[in-house]
Amino acid sequence: MKPLKVRSMFDVQALRQDFPILSRQVHGKPLVYLDNAATTQKPQAVIEALVHFYQHHNANIHRAIHTLGEEATAAYEETRAKVAQFINAPRPETIVFTRNATEALNLVAYAWGRHNLGPGDEILLTEMEHHSNLVPWQRLAQEVGAVVRYIGVTDEGTLALDGLDEIIGEKTKLVGVTHVSNALGTINPVREIVAAAHRKGALVVVDGAQSVPHMPVDVQALDCDFLAFSGHKMLGPTGVGVLYGRYELLEAMEPFLTGGEMIRRVRLDGATWNDVPWKFEAGTPNIADVIAFGAALDYLSALGMENVRAHEEALTAYTLRRLRQLEDIIVYGPKDASQRGGVISFNYPDIHPHDVGTILDREGLAIRAGHHCAQPLMRRLGVTGTVRASFYIYNTPEEADALIEGVEKVRAFFGDASR
Amino acid sequence: MPLDRDVELDELYREIILDHYRSPRNRGSLAQPTVTGEGDNPLCGDEVELGLEIRDGQIVDVRFQGTGCSISQASASMMTAAIKGLSLEEAEALFEAFKDVMYGADEVDAEALGDLEALQGVRKFPVRVKCATLAWNTLEEALEAYRKGQG
Repeated sequence: MKPLKVRSMFDVQALRQDFPILSRQVHGKPLVYLDNAATTQKPQAVIEALVHFYQHHNANIHRAIHTLGEEATAAYEETRAKVAQFINAPRPETIVFTRNATEALNLVAYAWGRHNLGPGDEILLTEMEHHSNLVPWQRLAQEVGAVVRYIGVTDEGTLALDGLDEIIGEKTKLVGVTHVSNALGTINPVREIVAAAHRKGALVVVDGAQSVPHMPVDVQALDCDFLAFSGHKMLGPTGVGVLYGRYELLEAMEPFLTGGEMIRRVRLDGATWNDVPWKFEAGTPNIADVIAFGAALDYLSALGMENVRAHEEALTAYTLRRLRQLEDIIVYGPKDASQRGGVISFNYPDIHPHDVGTILDREGLAIRAGHHCAQPLMRRLGVTGTVRASFYIYNTPEEADALIEGVEKVRAFFGDASR
Repeated sequence: MPLDRDVELDELYREIILDHYRSPRNRGSLAQPTVTGEGDNPLCGDEVELGLEIRDGQIVDVRFQGTGCSISQASASMMTAAIKGLSLEEAEALFEAFKDVMYGADEVDAEALGDLEALQGVRKFPVRVKCATLAWNTLEEALEAYRKGQG
């Protein structure tokens, strides 16, 4: 097959030069990094921002009287403003920094859920949630006597949304849904789900870990109440998560963690809380990584998220087409690349994903094999796990070809065990 | 398709291992096991169930069932073939020798190990060691349960 001309709006080969790690070799082969749904690689600009902060501005933020403290505070708060702009949040104060998306979702479960849900209330999730948007709600439901219900998944790997207005019941107080499935790539119609939930007076928390890094996301257009995502999945350093919340909700919420930074006044008999969003950022935050995350946002904004999406969609369409030409590969999720993010899950019927992963690793191909922290979804698909390749801005059609060659090698290696 | 041989990979997936994976020995369950054991690696989803028939301190029969990668299932098959007919003490000693192989002891008693020696290649793939040891850890738990029942 002719290699695809992915007509990117940016020069992928030039862009790859910005990522030092992409020039390394693994087992004597050029690294082909296709595990971007787990974490992405970092451009030199992000690495330099991190180093630059420690070399020139390092100080604790918010209470310092000295110059370094003022500089660090300004840089930290500048990233908050950049995040707000990136997802079109109405104001920077609606952005809370956490350690990761998981912590952001837990924050909602603790600080909102514990005080707003009671016996008999319903939490409606989907069968394709990542464990991070599942387990906090299951635990909360146990504590407050609420009930967890699930929107099912069709055989095509989409949400079973027929009769959505009936699925969301009178007792449904919260709907939790992933924007893009980390295991299947399915893009869910979040705007419709939010509209249906709001008609019933339920709030919606969106797991944006696989959408915000890969496509334009506008929280005001989606009209969601909460959105969680992770900086390290979008070129940023590890250790930075984001929670967007509607301002009135955040303001009415109790704190999550307590201690330094998040207080206004402390007396021996009690304390009052700082303003939103600092009320939710107890203790010294991850200052350096948040600031470097700002450089990641600059990088993506310069590319344009529409262009990022177009690049990944073309690459996904090409890879899907090539994978389907292999005789006995099972590909999961929607058939049409326009309905999925840059995540492709597949299996050989007779070869375990971990065996595939080990052999691909020997070819320099970094993919993920396993349940992708979505065990209920794996059970729904009737598998213990899948092989998952996931793309980002620096991946090329040649790398997709390398994946296909690697997958063919797996078959040759294991032989035809099924027949 | 011609393969450029990858020696370490060939060592991991030795023919005898792939053979046990494709044609597992002692797969199934015993009608009346003396003791059973269940083991899993939650991170990768590998599962092994063991049934043992023990008479006069000897493993007279053994069966396994399970799902998982080739290494976990082949290792379970090879283990059942190796321990059938052994005394409990001999099975324990074999487990110790096997652990030496997995965790890189300088000297390995190849003779005592027999076919199990083929799993040596797993050592070069640290993330896969737990696949190879799953069946053995399950055996150890089963034998411990057996001893408690006796004691």
